[in-house]
Amino acid sequence: MLRKLHSIPGLVVGIFAIVLAISGAIMAIHPVLERSQAVVPPAGELSVAQLADRIVSHYPGTEQIKRTPSGSVIAYYTNDGSTGAALINPTTGNAIAPYEPSRFFRWVKDLHRSLMLGDAGRGTVGIAAALMSIVCLSGLLFLVRRQGGWRNLAKPLKGTLAQRVHTQIGRITVVVLLLSALSGTYMSATRFGLLPDASLKEPPFPTVNHDAPRAPVGDLKALRSVDLAQLQELVFPFPDDPQDVYSLRTTRGAGFVDPVTGDLLSFTPCPMPSGVYGLIYQLHTGEGLWWLAIILGIGALGVPALSMTGTVIWWRRRRSAPKSVGYSREDADTVILVGSEGNTTWGFAEALTTALIDSGSRVHLAAMNSLARSYPRARRMIVLTATYGEGDAPASASGFLDRLERMSDDLNLPYAVLGFGDRQFPAFCGFAKDVEHALARKGWPRLIAAEWIDRKNSQVFNRWSRRLGESMGIELSVNHTPERPATQPMTLLDRESYGEPDSPIFVLRFRPSESDMKNSRDTETRPFEAGDLIGILPPGSETPRFYSLASSSEDGVAEICVRKHQGGLCSTHLQQLKPGEEIQAFIQPNPDFRPTTGGSPVVLIGAGTGIGPLAGFIRKNGARKPMYLYWGGRNPNSDFLYRDVLTRCLEDKRLSELNTAFSRVEQGHYVQDRLRADASRLRQVINNGGQVLVCGGRDMAQGVMTALDEILAPLKLDVSALRAEGRYLEDVY
Amino acid sequence: MNQLMTNDNAQPRHGSAIRRLFLMALLLVPALAVSMPASAREVTFSAELKPYYGDGAYLALYVTDDKGQYQGTLWVAGGKSKYYRHLRQWARGSNLSRSEYDGLTGASVQSGRTLNVTVDLADKLFDGGYQVRIDSAVEDLRDAPSDVVVPLTRDGAGTPVSGRGYVKSLRYDFK
Repeated sequence: MLRKLHSIPGLVVGIFAIVLAISGAIMAIHPVLERSQAVVPPAGELSVAQLADRIVSHYPGTEQIKRTPSGSVIAYYTNDGSTGAALINPTTGNAIAPYEPSRFFRWVKDLHRSLMLGDAGRGTVGIAAALMSIVCLSGLLFLVRRQGGWRNLAKPLKGTLAQRVHTQIGRITVVVLLLSALSGTYMSATRFGLLPDASLKEPPFPTVNHDAPRAPVGDLKALRSVDLAQLQELVFPFPDDPQDVYSLRTTRGAGFVDPVTGDLLSFTPCPMPSGVYGLIYQLHTGEGLWWLAIILGIGALGVPALSMTGTVIWWRRRRSAPKSVGYSREDADTVILVGSEGNTTWGFAEALTTALIDSGSRVHLAAMNSLARSYPRARRMIVLTATYGEGDAPASASGFLDRLERMSDDLNLPYAVLGFGDRQFPAFCGFAKDVEHALARKGWPRLIAAEWIDRKNSQVFNRWSRRLGESMGIELSVNHTPERPATQPMTLLDRESYGEPDSPIFVLRFRPSESDMKNSRDTETRPFEAGDLIGILPPGSETPRFYSLASSSEDGVAEICVRKHQGGLCSTHLQQLKPGEEIQAFIQPNPDFRPTTGGSPVVLIGAGTGIGPLAGFIRKNGARKPMYLYWGGRNPNSDFLYRDVLTRCLEDKRLSELNTAFSRVEQGHYVQDRLRADASRLRQVINNGGQVLVCGGRDMAQGVMTALDEILAPLKLDVSALRAEGRYLEDVY
Repeated sequence: MNQLMTNDNAQPRHGSAIRRLFLMALLLVPALAVSMPASAREVTFSAELKPYYGDGAYLALYVTDDKGQYQGTLWVAGGKSKYYRHLRQWARGSNLSRSEYDGLTGASVQSGRTLNVTVDLADKLFDGGYQVRIDSAVEDLRDAPSDVVVPLTRDGAGTPVSGRGYVKSLRYDFK
């Protein structure tokens, strides 16, 4: 709902928002420019009478003096029957320059407030401003929910590049944009009479009748008591008309001045609404508040990027939106329910549905929120769900637990739960676990044990599907890879072998195949960095295996470090691959696993082949930021990977320290033991804003986390706190 | 932008020589013009604006005596009454009271365009020391009170008079 409230008005208002924002940003320069040209004496130094006197001595035919909110003083005069205007230096009364309002800003202003289309344009702009207010508010609330509360608003963002750019710009600019949109809406509503017109009502003209000559303007006492800083406008009486008077407008109100006696006549103070309108007008335009104008202008510049990234996000979601497949609720023997914020989980669910239907099941596929009270023919229920924020339900599952409570007690459906999540979040698969517990409390039999899938891991999904098939007595083969890009052939350049005979390790270097590069430019490898992933399809398999890259595209090769697993399809294939032979592969960006830019120190922790991306980061550390490597192997004589590279980097200071731990030697120990021994050093690095990157197997990662929690305890810190700040990153397999 | 107007009374009364009567009737049924007092005549005022860079101009076309004292309003161009204060001489004379300009307003006039206003004026106004004036104003630009002043004489018809503000020239013609 919130998402719709954000995306639909956002799409409708898109192009208008860009026009309004760019023109608004240009207009924001105006108060700044105006202020820079004006001479503004300090308040209390100059009265309106003194100013008028000085101006009249230079321009006897002065008819009107205006002071803009920025402090510019403009005199309008007649000289020998022709009219003129001058920007005045108030301290001398002299002209700084002839005054001519900028045509360019005039044009931009017209575009901004009416799209050059008169009242129809003004109405359109007003509606656009109202929609933009809705977009800002819904976007803010949506972000708060996504981040898991207001406290987490400033925390690191997750998602695709477009999503991160969108939310990053959004959370920086939302306050300013909301201010602009709301004030613009208010001004438009006032213009069209939807809100009461708050402009100051003109006081009635007074009647004066003097035969006496007018006093010099500098002597008029009503004008002597008004400071220049309060002046808005002073209109001189018509020379030939003895009944005419001065009209005076100040920040406090409007009135008249008797040109003979100098008395203030029928002064009307500004009413409250007029002050409110003035304030809102000023907040919208930044007139007289050049610093606000700069903030408003910069905020507005975020709009084009927000609009475009927002459209991209919407389009991607739409393109991968779930198609309706399967049987009706009444006919189905298998009910698959999906809880998802994005569409990834739907992709897995559809693949599962298709495979089950192919093997003869009648599957009903629906969102978790559409859980019905009963399913007359159902024999099993399968729930696939993501988790939102800090263990919350995704949008399409928000009502699931309540509905489950109300379900018929006669039902006794065997169930299976599959959770999707990201282990970097503390509440990994939190909602999926709640669902599992709620189903268990129902007393229904468990079809197969629940499984938690980390970051769209299709291997785990396929394994789970096989088990599901076994429990149903069918052979179920589901091969689903979310958003797998097209593969390209890559040629093995060379290989190095390490490790012990029972567990060989090899470092492989690939290059895009030359034949392929000649054929088509489209298949050129996309740029990649160390830490990104390469997906490799072993022959005869549709499921890619992912390996972390130890090199970047600048190096011209894709380097990976692989340990052979017993019976592993892909690692066995890679073990037997000879230089010159080809594989099918693609690059998958992994931007969440990378050292931050800037000079903060980095602690790199890994074991075994986890050294790959870490060595890549070190090699790329041309800036010589402090990097401390903790790495665990088995035996320095067999599997000290990247020994030469690391030694070179130590010498030229790309690596500050190399700490190794070997487990299969006398008095062997693990990398977490090495961390504990170095506890005070690590606390110091973390205190200095250091960042921790961990790469390796799950058991090692768990051990490292426990060790670091102990090490950081004296600092009143732990891994989850660092993680929340984006200072603890993992690439775990 | 044409507008018909008549006056029923040649006698100036409390500074108001002009009355807006038969207005709608004359608009709809020109034949009624026959019944108009013999002491009035139909006059068309044409105010041509200079080219300038800005929004539409607000104009007040009004009658004064030879001392510039306001007598009555002929036409106000410009839709938002909150900006009428910028037509200052007229605003002061009419005191901006609604009854002075009710039914006599229209759209603002764009740069370079001409405003034509047709009214019935009492014969007595001609060669009687009366003047027709225009006050003008444009948003964000200067106000021009008494932009142009034209004495009402029988011989002066057809002769354009230059303005000092936004009005290039103002002329009037008898039918």
